[in-house]
Amino acid sequence: MNYQPDRSKYPAKKADGTLDIDLTSGKYLKLWHGPNHPGITGNMSVELTVCGDEVIEGKVHVGYLHRGFEKLMERRSFIQCFPIVCRICVPEPDFNEYCYAAAIEELSGVVVPERAHWIRTMILEMGRINSYLMYLGGQAGALGQGVIGQWTTYVRDLMLDRFEELTGARIYHMFILPGGVRDDLPEGFKDRLEATLKEVDAVLKDVHDVMFKNAVFKRRTIGVGYIDPAWVDEYGITGPNARAAGVAKDVRKDQPYLVYDQLDFEPVVDHGSDIYTRADVRRRDVAMSVDLLRQILAKMPNEGPVMAKLPNVLHWQIPRGETYIRGECSRGEYGFYLVTDGSRFPRRVNVRGPSYTHAMTLLERMIVNTNISDVAALMVSLHTYPPEIER
Amino acid sequence: MHKLYENLGKIIPLGEMTLQRANLAFITLDRRYLRSALHHLRDVEGYSHLVLLTAVDWIEEDVFQLTYLLSNRTADVDVGLRVMLPRENASMDSIHDIWPTAATYQRELREMFGIDFPGSPRVNEEFILEGWQEIPPYRRDFDTKKYSEENFAHREGRVTKDPASHMKELLYPDRGQ
Repeated sequence: MNYQPDRSKYPAKKADGTLDIDLTSGKYLKLWHGPNHPGITGNMSVELTVCGDEVIEGKVHVGYLHRGFEKLMERRSFIQCFPIVCRICVPEPDFNEYCYAAAIEELSGVVVPERAHWIRTMILEMGRINSYLMYLGGQAGALGQGVIGQWTTYVRDLMLDRFEELTGARIYHMFILPGGVRDDLPEGFKDRLEATLKEVDAVLKDVHDVMFKNAVFKRRTIGVGYIDPAWVDEYGITGPNARAAGVAKDVRKDQPYLVYDQLDFEPVVDHGSDIYTRADVRRRDVAMSVDLLRQILAKMPNEGPVMAKLPNVLHWQIPRGETYIRGECSRGEYGFYLVTDGSRFPRRVNVRGPSYTHAMTLLERMIVNTNISDVAALMVSLHTYPPEIER
Repeated sequence: MHKLYENLGKIIPLGEMTLQRANLAFITLDRRYLRSALHHLRDVEGYSHLVLLTAVDWIEEDVFQLTYLLSNRTADVDVGLRVMLPRENASMDSIHDIWPTAATYQRELREMFGIDFPGSPRVNEEFILEGWQEIPPYRRDFDTKKYSEENFAHREGRVTKDPASHMKELLYPDRGQ
């Protein structure tokens, strides 16, 4: 690629470092990419300034989904917050439940039974597969391959069936509670989950053949959307975005939680750091999650309690303290910072979603000098979910 | 963690340390020493990952607590630096030159808590809210219930009925009560 942009067309920088864009000159055009656009990830938008078909500036706008989750929780008792926390991330809600429950357990001294740890790990891996399946459909869709989304939605639906029989709900499960999980596995669940995993395997193979070997997909994604490994710490990049840049960051391995220290796996790492590599890392991550689920089903203790005894949750007061609990979700490091003041309500809850850094500072930097037609694919390749940003 | 506290204490004066668990501690320090502490932790101690930057409103004590949470991934340890600011005209030094990603956190804190970070890029631009005229909404003295009652029309809740008598009336209307 020897293409060099014609810099004479570009605006000069003002003293404060911002671009001096004169929209009346006829050289530049403002273009809103979103919030209603098929190539946008959820309800957010990017205000693009383009020169010809090249982006010279992008500003991310969020706030379309803001419901003030963190503030709402300050007026609710600890247990009343559970219907709220899961709604902070639609495609992978279980991480909110786990992080919030684990933070409460740590500050209140509740000890979770062993079997509940295994069931929690299983749920988080099932959720991860669901989230990645949605991503694969979106990434292919951003480049015109609609059929991939249909296949992944089919197999995600099967996984939602498993969630439904386990938790009674398909999307927002509210199954992980302080002290453990709400119930034990239904009879025959392991066999039905194994059957679903076989379907995931089959679809994953088809996706690999049709999406990742497709010439158009390769031409449009290899070498596009490069993330420099040096940016990883500067921008707080985590998860597959960092691993595709050759930085083996995976909370499951680096800072093991639940039962990940008893499972055999190595984080998927690659070095291309472009859209293609990030998609491929996520595809391989699905395969790893399938393998982890099989390990969990084989190693999980067959009997034992799944819930610890709790105090009366309606009058539960937690002593003053603060903690941070993290986990590796499909987009990177997900965490809850919980502050308590000895009352019945949380003093402050702060959600650390990986999209917060990926979709804001990182995307605004990466989007400069890309072509308009690559903006959608680039955004999707960062795998961002706006509710995590505005909470 | 105690070793880190000792090392850091040799360079700058520190407040109390709360050891939350073996690999997570919170250290209080004066705002004047924050940037030196962050530089030392990032460049010498290996805390290269800024996990989050957020605020807690301790309105009874008339202070905001800013929490800078840093992580050393290779050693699996986290440290949170707590800086207390007076609530009146709260302002803090920006750290966007140490971690560029901090600019987003600071922009949000400016909007949601009213804490200023002079020099931080786009800190005064609207982040999530649009045309907000009230006090910053994540402050404890902002009353969400009062705000919604004043700004949104009242909507009747769902009508609830006793399930037994409701179904009896629905299925057997001629049998009476």
